[in-house]
Amino acid sequence: MSVAPPEGVWWNQKVPKEEKLWVTIAILWAIVMFVMMPLWHIYGKQNPSTETYKVTPEEYVKLTKEFIEKYKVGEENGVPVVEPPPGSDVYFLGRQFSWDPVIKLKKGETYRLHISSADVLHGFSVYPMNINFMVIPGYDYVLTVTPTEAGEYRVVCNEYCGPGHQFMVGKIIVE
Amino acid sequence: MAEDFRTCPVTGFKVHLPAEKLIKVNAVTAVVALLVGAIMALLVALTRWETVHLLRPMDYYKFVTLHGWNMLGFWIIFFEVAVLYFAGAVMLNSRLASPKLGWVAYALMLIGALGTNITVLTNPAKNAIMFTSYVPLKATPGYYLSVILFAVGALIAVFNFLATLYIARKEKTYKGSLPLVVFGALTAAIIAVSTLLFGAAALVPTLLWSMGIAPTWDALTYRIVFWAFGHPSQQINVAAMIAIWYLLAYLTVGGTTISEKFSRLAFLFYILFINIASAHHLLVDPGVSSAWKIWNTSYAMYLAVLASMMHAFAVPAAIEVAQRKKGLNRGLFEWLWKAPWKNPSFSALVLSIIVFGFLGGISGVIQGTEQLNIRFHNTLAVPGHFHGTVAGGTTLAFMGITYYVLPLIFRREIVGKSLAVYQPWIFGIGIALVSIGMQGAGLYGVPRRHADITSFGGSGFAFEYDPTAYFWLAVLGIGGMLAFLGALLFALIAVATLIKGRRL
Repeated sequence: MSVAPPEGVWWNQKVPKEEKLWVTIAILWAIVMFVMMPLWHIYGKQNPSTETYKVTPEEYVKLTKEFIEKYKVGEENGVPVVEPPPGSDVYFLGRQFSWDPVIKLKKGETYRLHISSADVLHGFSVYPMNINFMVIPGYDYVLTVTPTEAGEYRVVCNEYCGPGHQFMVGKIIVE
Repeated sequence: MAEDFRTCPVTGFKVHLPAEKLIKVNAVTAVVALLVGAIMALLVALTRWETVHLLRPMDYYKFVTLHGWNMLGFWIIFFEVAVLYFAGAVMLNSRLASPKLGWVAYALMLIGALGTNITVLTNPAKNAIMFTSYVPLKATPGYYLSVILFAVGALIAVFNFLATLYIARKEKTYKGSLPLVVFGALTAAIIAVSTLLFGAAALVPTLLWSMGIAPTWDALTYRIVFWAFGHPSQQINVAAMIAIWYLLAYLTVGGTTISEKFSRLAFLFYILFINIASAHHLLVDPGVSSAWKIWNTSYAMYLAVLASMMHAFAVPAAIEVAQRKKGLNRGLFEWLWKAPWKNPSFSALVLSIIVFGFLGGISGVIQGTEQLNIRFHNTLAVPGHFHGTVAGGTTLAFMGITYYVLPLIFRREIVGKSLAVYQPWIFGIGIALVSIGMQGAGLYGVPRRHADITSFGGSGFAFEYDPTAYFWLAVLGIGGMLAFLGALLFALIAVATLIKGRRL
């Protein structure tokens, strides 16, 4: 009885064969799932990056500023538009409540996309692909990116960052 | 003292009256929190349903924050404290270790709960920083202090329960091992101690920082410590919910586990493996290695999921075996068709198992995979997961047991029994739609905790999500209304019973 002490020593009780079978199936399935993650990590093409550098928010803001000055080609909604050369380091900055800059990338080329924050935590969510990463102040998170489809992408902040959180939309253009 | 006890005419338990009083007051407070949280839930759901889009951004953030606290924090934990006192004192025929300490714990929790609501309502621009308050986003000291007071109160209640177990053993109020339900409650209490200590480690320095005394944290370190508190706090709910599943299986059909060893081992697995689950919150964070992510997010080879799978077999098996013993042996499923479906506690139990397992459990395992998390992190699919587990599973189980607490502890006949038959269904179907709607919208990238995915506050870069996403948001809105009705009906039945119910 669930509400009364068990009879005898519960550790010595027999487990019925139905439950043994069930737990065997469950263990096998758990092993399959456990093995899948490292296997996919080695052979799959969808893994979160682990390349990270410590950086102070001030340093990162400065890096982004220099990057924008170097490759600026225009402006959209008051936000600078930059067109970095293929293979280069691209700096993308989240701050309350905007993303800087608008980035123009070339289809099929590879870039090193840095993301970090000037103030609090932000969420880097790319629409319509629905790819999500955390943006954490003090950490420069490097994603190696090769856009495969041309188009206009939006970057939405999906980590609550203050009362203007809903304003925080940015743009990435792939040509 | 013998005059402090009464004997329950139904269960035969010796009920410690001071413990009973504490059970009552904690349970009533829990239901009030549920009602407040449900009203906020309705406002929030009707905002995310883009066709209605009810609230302005600041109001939305305010009510999302408080909906989280009132439901996940105050409804669930006040109720769990009642469950602990019931399991520790009543089920072991023992006295509660210290009724005085029980009242101290209650007072601290109440002050904390009120303080959290007041600080967020009066200063949302500063304090509406969500259930997951990450540094360096800073709230006022009053907010952190309220949360800490609540947690300290809860910790005192847990120690009161543990001390009661010690006393019961010493005074030999029961023989042999703990009953299974108490064993489950003990599991929840053990997880609660470690969880609340991590909560203190995260929040006390944060309070000092917000007062200007301590320096700010490294934001990533904070996330690791915070989630050692944040997710395990939900595992307390899982353990408590499953203890209630076993209790309900016994109360509704007289079922008991077919193997004590099997069920108890599963509880042990929770204690050993479930806390590292918190790592899955950092799957797309910089600075933590893949090996760390894979080992921890698989709960060390899914051994905690295995525990849930074991209970998912043992509880229905308990029901089936009990029903078959009554002679309901025709065909494969006569035991199920002829189950006491008119008993709201039974339907709540069945719905709790289904919603928890199929909507909450499966989505949790999917979203906690290193590679798949990229597609789910911070989208609406995440609240979709825990509206299956805790909002669906735990809440339904607690609703189900309430229909026994009312006659057995409050000793009142339930008012509106005919309505109560439908209540778990209205809430269960509603919350299932909420979970499904959220998971659907999340797949299209709709962010959680976002006040305006249509015009983005007038941003020049505003855009529209895939039309399918708006369909799923409508499912969420409609499900939210239904779940609200179910919760409201539950609270009304409980309150009406307390006021008008015939004394038993």
